[in-house]
Amino acid sequence: MIINLWINDKEFMDDVAPDKMLLDYLRSKGFFSVKRGCETSNCGMCTVLLDGKPVLSCSTLTVRANGKHIATLEGLQAEALEIGGFMADEGAEQCGFCNPGFIMNVIAMKRELKDPGEDQIKKYLMGNLCRCSGYMGQLRAIKKYLAAEKEGAQ
Amino acid sequence: MFTINQYVLAESLEQAYALNQSRINVILGGTLWLKMGRKKFNKAIDLSALGLDTIEEDEDQFKIGCMCTLRQVETHQGLDQHFDGVVAKALESIVGVQLRNGATVGGTLYSRFGFSDVLTVLMALDASVERYKGGIVSLADYAAMRPDNDILVRVLIKKDPRRASYSCFRKSAGDFPVLNCAVSKLEDQWAVVIGARPGRARRIMFTVAGTPSEENIQSIVETVRGSIPFGTNLLGSAAYRRILAEVLLRRNIEAILMGGAQ
Repeated sequence: MIINLWINDKEFMDDVAPDKMLLDYLRSKGFFSVKRGCETSNCGMCTVLLDGKPVLSCSTLTVRANGKHIATLEGLQAEALEIGGFMADEGAEQCGFCNPGFIMNVIAMKRELKDPGEDQIKKYLMGNLCRCSGYMGQLRAIKKYLAAEKEGAQ
Repeated sequence: MFTINQYVLAESLEQAYALNQSRINVILGGTLWLKMGRKKFNKAIDLSALGLDTIEEDEDQFKIGCMCTLRQVETHQGLDQHFDGVVAKALESIVGVQLRNGATVGGTLYSRFGFSDVLTVLMALDASVERYKGGIVSLADYAAMRPDNDILVRVLIKKDPRRASYSCFRKSAGDFPVLNCAVSKLEDQWAVVIGARPGRARRIMFTVAGTPSEENIQSIVETVRGSIPFGTNLLGSAAYRRILAEVLLRRNIEAILMGGAQ
């Protein structure tokens, strides 16, 4: 099926198989920030924004992205770098494999929730698994990042 | 991984229904569960273009289109103001925001998953489902039916002054529930639903005039523990679930007596 979509604001037109998952399509186009972690719709590693909403690209049919806009970490470098800096300052990660999906969802959360408290942050990021850490470093980093953003906005 | 031979973006429910009569075709929900199977489908029927992704609210009821995502239902302001916010409470424990942005109400209810939190909470609210050919049937009856070739078009929830509470037990946030329980009270009618038994949710109705005494509550607990079957799987044993059932049930009843929700 011929589809037409936008990845990081660049237009693509392709003939894709009806059962091709968005994750495989995005990687075939060179967007390697999108990773396959669990493949059971659980880990959040493959998170991309589909028309602004965070979704699991491992479980989304590419044909369903027809006519839609997709954002991957490659298209959100400025925000990614900033959040990554806060994560590094807190020593939040060890292997870093979960990082791209995690940062994608932090960006989605920042856009969707206004002034989230700790409980809201935990609930929003529940679908992003990290197997090295106990999430405490990430939580500190996110709180500091959101506080810095708020200060910057004022 | 499942395979699909042809993708069909349905132009009408009639077309989707006709295609769905073949056993080798399938209607797509969010494909979160479907893709984990190994089935080979001929035609995958997508209902995305039929305007069934909205929640309509009028004076009497909520009408939730089958293509609404769980996240849409969870964050709907009107629903949140009813039934003590119990719907959002039940849905927010499901895996993560990303999954709930994909999973559809129709897909999850049609599949009648044993682990479903959605089925448990909506059965307690006495929801109904509207099918394309089969008309409207209560969700409790629908849940007990074998999956057929009809299409679940909408979920209907009456706006009654029901109080409700939901609780579940999970080993970690976002995991499958070991057990879940929803209770609602409308006048002297109490609905108790237990799900993730691990089989699909079951409902029992009780009539209790006025505020239930400890004796009444104990009798409800005994009936639930005695007449709802509990099973064993990797998450927990039947005996463990039977103990959990009493704890969750009592918490919900107390929450309702204290004014609803947990």
